[in-house]
Amino acid sequence: MDDFLLRALLGGIGVALVAGPLGSFVVWRRMAYFGDTLAHSALLGVALGFVLGIDTNVGIIAVCLLLALILVAMQRQKRLATDTLLGILSHSALSLGLVAIAFLQTLRVDLLAYLFGDILAITTTDLYWIYGGGLAALLILAWIWRPLLATTVHEELARVEGVPVTAVYLVFMLLIALIIAAALKIVGILLITSLLIIPAAAARRFARSPEQMAAAAALIGAAAVIGGLYGSFQWDTPAGPSIVIAATALFALISALPRRNQRRH
Amino acid sequence: MNATASLSEILAQVQDVEVRFGGSAVLERVSLTVRRGEIVTLIGPNGSGKSTLVRTLLGLIRPDRGRVFIHPGIRIGYMPQRLQVDPVLPLSVRRFLTLGVRATLPQVLTALEEVGAAHVVDRPIQDVSGGELQRVLLARALLREPDLLVLDEPVQGVDVNGQHELYELISRIRTQRGCGILMVSHDLHLVMAATDHVVCLNRHVCCAGRPETVSRDPAYLALFGPTVARGLAFYQHRHDHLHGPDGILRPAAARPHQRGHSHDG
Repeated sequence: MDDFLLRALLGGIGVALVAGPLGSFVVWRRMAYFGDTLAHSALLGVALGFVLGIDTNVGIIAVCLLLALILVAMQRQKRLATDTLLGILSHSALSLGLVAIAFLQTLRVDLLAYLFGDILAITTTDLYWIYGGGLAALLILAWIWRPLLATTVHEELARVEGVPVTAVYLVFMLLIALIIAAALKIVGILLITSLLIIPAAAARRFARSPEQMAAAAALIGAAAVIGGLYGSFQWDTPAGPSIVIAATALFALISALPRRNQRRH
Repeated sequence: MNATASLSEILAQVQDVEVRFGGSAVLERVSLTVRRGEIVTLIGPNGSGKSTLVRTLLGLIRPDRGRVFIHPGIRIGYMPQRLQVDPVLPLSVRRFLTLGVRATLPQVLTALEEVGAAHVVDRPIQDVSGGELQRVLLARALLREPDLLVLDEPVQGVDVNGQHELYELISRIRTQRGCGILMVSHDLHLVMAATDHVVCLNRHVCCAGRPETVSRDPAYLALFGPTVARGLAFYQHRHDHLHGPDGILRPAAARPHQRGHSHDG
């Protein structure tokens, strides 16, 4: 196997293993569009990085973290539903990014690269980042798992029972923002948001506990990476989209499985 | 104030509390005390601020005026009015019960047996009936071994026999555990046997005292109407309206009227 393919495989699997558990919470909390919102803000991050003369990735991460903070603050007002807030943030961030880039005439941005990323261009350094950062992210998630789950089930009940609801939620949001921003360059907007949502949705069928769902989502995501890259190699299709299609195919396949008899007493 | 009750320790107290939502007062100068070993019941029509008062006492809402006191170091068991767990989250009753406190399976089963719901322990929380869910929520509150139990409409969705059973159970919990209980109820007659102190609320405290006294209080009669107050079978329909200041009936779902009721009492 070629080296670049091996790196793509390892990198993709690494992202999928982190995206599964995080994505489960994204699905449980009905925040599927949070990923898109952050992704849309990436352009603004590119422009910011350029203007400030800092690394593009740092610019993207800064904008994503800022957006997560704004969202948490707006959610606490409880005036508008989260999907509405995400819609507002998403489109204004995208438009701000496009306008900012139009002003910066010397800056040329390859939009397609941000949409699909280039998983085949993953370097060895990228791999260290994926596995090091991914492990740190999973450790943080494990640390806040119980309180975050309690908050997800019933926020006020958790608060009365002594869970520091706001702090836990903030850690979770910043974690997601960081992961998406970091993965953006490596695997692209399309792939990271799909790896968050689709494997988690597919895993629901097998799971009888939250932890089972998180683990199954990680495995299904890894399987989608392997299948997608194989298809891409076999039929010379673009790698990122092929992985998304493989994930969707797995989801469809699992959904079509006959249901086991549900035990009810 | 009752002389014997004032000897016992005050667990929670709100004093002259005022809560406004968007400019209109939901609670005006409301005071309430819960002592150890005492059952206090809040009654009032829909939209009278019962849940708001409970949530203010729990610290979930910050009052615009007045004081909230919770005895330092006490454990609170809270049963919220509503719980809806998204079907996408795989969660068994057993797991739900251990979200608030770490408990072993025997402890979980004991708590469920106490509320008469041991048979649902392994069922997905989304699959239990409304009445069973109320019992499960009560079990979660009990598992915390609370000093203060706060129950927001504990019998909703429970059939009439079950309602009596639950109120008896709540009364027994108080006797056995000696905790203080604050509960919200829709009607006085069902809770009469199970409560020591009744607070009749309609944005302000209309009247308060022992259940027999309140049931004859002119303010209580004015609020619920004589038919309801006598506890006839069709009383539940009467809860769907409020009396406007002009005497015209208004649906309870509408915004509260600008001026309070005028009571003779």
